Amino acid sequence: MKATPYLLVLPALVLFAAIVIVPLVMTVALSFHDWGQYKGIEPVFILKNWREVLEDSYYWEVFGRTFRIAALVTVLSAVFGAPEAYILNRMKSPWRGLFLLVILGPLLISVVARTLGWALLFGGNSGLVNKGLMAAGLISAPIPFMFTETGMVVALTHVLMPYMVLSVWAALQRLDPQIENAAVALGAGPLTTLRRIVLPQAMPGILSGAIIVFSLAASAFATPAIIGGRRLKVASTLAYDEFLNTLNWPLGATVAVILLVVLATAVIVANRLVERRYAQVFG
Amino acid sequence: MSRNGPIALAYHTLFVIFMLAPIVVVCWVAFTPEGFLSFPTTNWSLRWFYAIARYPEFVSAFWQSLGLGALSSALAVGFSVPAALAIARHRFKGREAFTALFMSPLMIPYIVLGIAFLRFFTEIGLSGSFTGLVLAHIVVVMPFALRLTLASAAGLDRSIEHAAVSLGASEWTVLKRVTLPLVVPGLASGWALAFINSFDEVTMTVFIAGPGTATLPVRMFLYIQDNIDPLVTSVSACVIATTVGGLIALDRAYGLERLLVGRGHDGR
Amino acid sequence: MAFLTLDRLTKHFGSHAAVDGLTLSVEKGEFVSLLGPSGCGKTTTLQMIAGFVEPSGGAIRIEGRDLLAVKPAKRGLGIVFQSYALFPHMSVAENVAFGLEMQGVAKAERARRVAETLELVGLGAFAARFPRQLSGGQQQRVALARALVIKPQILLLDEPLSNLDAKLREEMQIELRQIQRTVGTTTILVTHDQGEAMALSDRIVVMNKGRAEQVAAPHEAYERPATPFVANFLGKTNHVDGKAIRPERIEFAAAGLAGVVRTRIFQGNHWLYQVETASGLLTVIRQNVGGAMPEEGASVHLAWGTP
Repeated sequence: MKATPYLLVLPALVLFAAIVIVPLVMTVALSFHDWGQYKGIEPVFILKNWREVLEDSYYWEVFGRTFRIAALVTVLSAVFGAPEAYILNRMKSPWRGLFLLVILGPLLISVVARTLGWALLFGGNSGLVNKGLMAAGLISAPIPFMFTETGMVVALTHVLMPYMVLSVWAALQRLDPQIENAAVALGAGPLTTLRRIVLPQAMPGILSGAIIVFSLAASAFATPAIIGGRRLKVASTLAYDEFLNTLNWPLGATVAVILLVVLATAVIVANRLVERRYAQVFG
Repeated sequence: MSRNGPIALAYHTLFVIFMLAPIVVVCWVAFTPEGFLSFPTTNWSLRWFYAIARYPEFVSAFWQSLGLGALSSALAVGFSVPAALAIARHRFKGREAFTALFMSPLMIPYIVLGIAFLRFFTEIGLSGSFTGLVLAHIVVVMPFALRLTLASAAGLDRSIEHAAVSLGASEWTVLKRVTLPLVVPGLASGWALAFINSFDEVTMTVFIAGPGTATLPVRMFLYIQDNIDPLVTSVSACVIATTVGGLIALDRAYGLERLLVGRGHDGR
Repeated sequence: MAFLTLDRLTKHFGSHAAVDGLTLSVEKGEFVSLLGPSGCGKTTTLQMIAGFVEPSGGAIRIEGRDLLAVKPAKRGLGIVFQSYALFPHMSVAENVAFGLEMQGVAKAERARRVAETLELVGLGAFAARFPRQLSGGQQQRVALARALVIKPQILLLDEPLSNLDAKLREEMQIELRQIQRTVGTTTILVTHDQGEAMALSDRIVVMNKGRAEQVAAPHEAYERPATPFVANFLGKTNHVDGKAIRPERIEFAAAGLAGVVRTRIFQGNHWLYQVETASGLLTVIRQNVGGAMPEEGASVHLAWGTP
């Protein structure tokens, strides 16, 4: 009787041990192996790759760009996504479902196709976005989007926005439908109600959305590769290059392991902080 | 009771335009009659859709993706069902750890998984093989399949099964006539969500797909890396149309919100 | 002049009239219940007074002043919601202080009044707790304190006790009544529970399909229901020759209407009978005083005095 649950999870456990744990351990090991242009990979234990990545300013620059972009994307998606989730939550029945589909649907549409769309919209200095912004009088000269961080941030914000809306939406769903009326009846104006009553309750959703968006933005691959082109590298495109172009696998593995460790630490710490902050209040 | 004001609706309109713009643009450009990237203004043409047929690598990649998605999702659901039953119905040591393990592909960057799979499959001689792709995709879509099978197993009221037993049904009959019919919608949705994710996956797959096993998104990605022309927009338009069709079907069948948020809110 | 006046108050949702020309006067300090089945318009009426729903027609006045011209946030009404609608991210004290803060009451004064009101509802020791750390009954008291602390002109209670279990509900009814007497605030209660309405109110308004069927003191409405709807809604009723007779008014007697006991149910403090007679199946309620009572199948005679 006691063995039943273990027997039930056994097939999946074997699969995951073989296909997830073993390869990950091998990748960590790979980051300590040696590599040479002609000798290939040598299974020895050295710190060469780690030293190279940690000492060369080029890698610092790439990781700096990676996390800078991720932070900007996170802030933008929170600032623009949270109000939209609130507006969605106030919509009436048929519209709400429709627009939820419109906003969350892109999540399931190929990220390559969506990024291609941004590449077309940016399309050099005469792209649609620049034409639109200039016609609206928002800018006087075209902004370069292709092959720039700005373009990556815009496209990644679009790609990851649904996660933020979804997360805030889920938090707002738990809101008592009468709670805003309660605040109004006690004399609070619309802005006060938003700031003092709605925002604090949406905050756990915004924060957990931010954690998801940040980690996905920092490890995104297809979008930075297409918008950034061959020169403007982030951590994931750098690792890809080392593996499939330079063929320096140990160095690529080192970059990947650093990305994994930094992200895992950031996510775990952030989750802990959010949980501790809200455990008493929301449970 | 509460209504959105004009400012909120204006904001909402801009937001929806932002979300839809790149998708609409791709489909729009796909209808250009020109030989280069341009927005069709007066003339529309299907020439770039016909052109797809002349590029067998896109067509074969499409079938490749379809087969890979269908097979790996089915296997992922197959692995999920017993695991979900154990997690939903039993309290045992390590239960949380097992759940975390099976959900871990969501937490590990796909780029890291791709590298790890590439390293592993190269060592055991599966690099670039269809078997390798299937194994990798099962693992990557497993969290989606497991989440919905879990929801479906946890949502199952055990007293319904007890009621069947009290009416004289054998264990096998209960499984066949009561339990399975109740969980099948959840399993089907789990499969569908897993399929969509497998069908779209590019980051991890780009590392382990060989020239003969490249999936459609991988082909599209590699093509775009070299140059962007109307052909890739028409291919993308087809992918978008397929996904939107699947999405609407899924929304009708299960409710997109329930699928994505992970739990139903129809209780209110 | 009446304190609160509803004058031909009407609300249409599309072609459906949720509230249909409701007129009502409430005296200062009075406790009035809007009683009726779901969909009778009682909640819509309350929401129109609160300002969350705009009337299609009619007027609401407080001491002759037009209330509809005042924004919901400025009406100064205390509302206890069915779900309590406590602010989950604020402590009990912060919840109660919120309304005072909105009125710009100074901090020291605020603290004093919060403490005083929490004392009144018996939650003096719970000021620092968060709502989810409280029981349903305690949350209910916080909601009441939050509504009372702003010294509202009118207290609106929207099914405030419906989320509590039966025993707690009875305790809270008594307490609610005492608190209302203490502070003397004019109170409107919305409920579908006739027991609750009769226990708490000075007057009840029995509503049906958006209209008031009867406005009367509880005892009077029970004894002299104006319509069959009121008679049925306010308790079990027998109809004999077009007259409504309450089951507890019928006695077993030596002579009278002949009948046979169909079913007999023991309910602790009373017996519930169904008696088959020439005038149909009648319900009879007799106090349990420990003596022997007619059994099922027994032939009996029923008698009742004319009220």
